Amino acid sequence: MLKYANPTFFLRLVAAVLPWLWAATILTLGVGLYMTFLTAPADYQQGETVRIMYIHVPAAWLSMFIYMVMTLSALGTLVWRHPLADASQQAAAPLGAGFTFICLVTGSLWGKPMWGTWWVWDARLTSVLVLFLIYLGLIALWNTIEEPLMAARASAILTLVGVVNIPIIKFSVDWWNTLHQPASVLRMGGPALHPSMLWPLLVMALGASLLFVCLHLMGVRNEILRRRLRRLSYLAAEAADHVLEPQTEAGA
Amino acid sequence: MKALAALFARELRLANRAGGGGAMGVVFFLILVTIAPFAIGPDLNLLARIGPAILWIAALLSTLLGLDRLFLSDHEDGSLDLLEMADTPLEAVVLVKCLAHWAGTGLPLVLAAPLFGLMLALDGDALWGVTASLAVGTPALTFIGAIGAALTVSLRRGGLLMAILVLPFTVPALIFGVSAASAASGGTVPFLTPFLILCALSLASMALAPFAAAAALRSGG
Repeated sequence: MLKYANPTFFLRLVAAVLPWLWAATILTLGVGLYMTFLTAPADYQQGETVRIMYIHVPAAWLSMFIYMVMTLSALGTLVWRHPLADASQQAAAPLGAGFTFICLVTGSLWGKPMWGTWWVWDARLTSVLVLFLIYLGLIALWNTIEEPLMAARASAILTLVGVVNIPIIKFSVDWWNTLHQPASVLRMGGPALHPSMLWPLLVMALGASLLFVCLHLMGVRNEILRRRLRRLSYLAAEAADHVLEPQTEAGA
Repeated sequence: MKALAALFARELRLANRAGGGGAMGVVFFLILVTIAPFAIGPDLNLLARIGPAILWIAALLSTLLGLDRLFLSDHEDGSLDLLEMADTPLEAVVLVKCLAHWAGTGLPLVLAAPLFGLMLALDGDALWGVTASLAVGTPALTFIGAIGAALTVSLRRGGLLMAILVLPFTVPALIFGVSAASAASGGTVPFLTPFLILCALSLASMALAPFAAAAALRSGG
């Protein structure tokens, strides 16, 4: 395990794996979108708007999954002080915010024809909005603290504090009487969705997850390179300092 | 224990002697309560209905405003480093500092709440409800805010960032605080249900937040 966590080995691994992952992502998303728009049936009640589900639900799943990835990375940062965990946290936050935003926007677009309103203050919607705000807060924290090690530990602590929101989102539809429907795929007694709708949804969820993995790996790679660049520029500045010193002495 | 008692007394003394202590928070509270009817209009029925919400938001904002001083002044003069190196666990230090901070800023707000409630046309039951909910709810705000204050202690422009970090986490306290206050003046929910959940939120944040804040101070200070 530690071998894979070595940044240099990680960079080589990413370079080898990434093209294949991108190919799989494009293929899965292509098939998923084809099924979404062409093979999946329109709902007898909701009509064509039901197709929003194939974007909305995977984005919602990922918004929570990414937070769990960040939580595990935060543990990696706090317990093992591993630089890859730092980079993983940092790369995941904007992606999580992005998927949460997609989830909120598609939900709003879906809510207008179905519920007759863009937004209601019910427990599920509000808790997802709070998740979005937590993501934004984490990004702000990353941007404000210049020293990367300090920023990583600070946001790791905040990530662990924010994890209380995840079960609230998950169970909000069961605990409170919400306008949002309760879980219909992952539930006791099997999915309540007809296979003709379930399969496109699962393919889209897989495609969106693959997209996240690709973007996340690229983000982690960029962060490693950015840190190396930072270190190199410090070394260069130090070297320049040594060159300058004798000259100033000679000048005086 | 003796050291913690001394710390508590020191915090209260500092809060009272420098910067006006709790009085400034109460004045800010009063200003927020005064501004609300200007924005909403002086309709007394409407004010009576949303009065508890106004008081809670005002309390939330004035708590937040005082929180950036919680660790900042100690960080600036170096006493925070001494507290970190002391034998007393930093978690206990944070707990005591938060309690003292609440006694200096939160308690005056609670005491002033009935008076300001009168200005918002709240009647007897609603007045006691909102005061009781603020009394048990404001510690949760202070303790949750302490995490944000500890995270941003070494930053130059920490104030706004702290608000962004802390406010999403205060949503549960706000929900149950306002619903307890509204339930007191009649409604379908009995007063005790949201009130007890609010107590639980305060106690849980009191138990957990010192650990997060202490970890943040150790990593960032």
